[in-house]
Amino acid sequence: MSKFRKKGKGRTPGISTASLPDIVFMLLFFFMVSTTMREVELKVKVSMPEATEVKKIEKKSLVSYIYIGPPTSGYQAKYGTEPRIQLNDRMSGLRDIDQYITSEREQRDENEIPYMTTSLKVDRTVQMGIITDIKQELRKSDALKINYSSRKKVDL
Amino acid sequence: MARRELPEINAGSMADIAFLLLIFFLVTTTMDVDSGLMRKLPPMEDEKPDKPPEVRERNVFVVLINKRNDLLVEGRPMVITELKEATKEFITNPRNKKNLSEKTSKVVPFFNKVDVSKGVVSLQNDRGTSYEKYVEVQNELMAAYNELRNDIAKSKFSRFYDECNEDQQNAIRKIYPLSISEAEPKNYGGK
Repeated sequence: MSKFRKKGKGRTPGISTASLPDIVFMLLFFFMVSTTMREVELKVKVSMPEATEVKKIEKKSLVSYIYIGPPTSGYQAKYGTEPRIQLNDRMSGLRDIDQYITSEREQRDENEIPYMTTSLKVDRTVQMGIITDIKQELRKSDALKINYSSRKKVDL
Repeated sequence: MARRELPEINAGSMADIAFLLLIFFLVTTTMDVDSGLMRKLPPMEDEKPDKPPEVRERNVFVVLINKRNDLLVEGRPMVITELKEATKEFITNPRNKKNLSEKTSKVVPFFNKVDVSKGVVSLQNDRGTSYEKYVEVQNELMAAYNELRNDIAKSKFSRFYDECNEDQQNAIRKIYPLSISEAEPKNYGGK
């Protein structure tokens, strides 16, 4: 036979997988750092409208969320299909907003309060009546910085 | 002394464990960035002021949205795609038309003397207006202001408004203040 075929037995050596855990851990840490845990369980369906002039919210720790939308199918038996307000994990009424804002404020530092933002996560099908009411409530409790949460529209 | 060789721990399953963790985090986390239209609500006033601030009618750009999501701008129906240009024309009033906003000369840092519009956009909506339309209109109004700001930033500082430093942004904001006022809620025509 020829000289060149003597060494190998014709099998390719197996690829070492020793560094695979390292790679996976790297990915793991990336995701752990770059993501946040889902904080609340959404009981209302929120599909946000699209807009082009959106700005990113910078300090997420200073944001309190108000979700408004029709209840998801699991909760429709209990809450009906009309749009409802969700604060934290509870379905709430208009009157709870003031208390919610106060409790959110108590959790923050005093000098951070002026920078607090209320983010309205509203389903696109909701009618403005309920939102106008909420805006009036927010004005009453002096939470004036608001953010109409919307997704960035991608120009095609 | 008998030195026994420690048996090596098999690390082959390490990858599996790490994958498991990875998948757990992928499933339980969200990566959506929070974005949206930033607005400021006017403070609640307990007592009504003696008289509303005097704004002449030509300085108010009235945008109405009814419950069927139709737009009425300055008394005539309009489609949403025209709103941005109409707003821009109202604010800048390039041909000094009588029915568009007045201008005053103002001294602004970086610019010396510039004409600043007195125009105010007044947005009113019905309780039955859909939120999607409302955001769309807000977005168009914001877009008009942002474009004006970008235009002036480009011609003066040759960069986008967002890339200007704080003082430059303040100066531009003085020339084009974001003045969108929303009327106190009213009911038009009932349900």
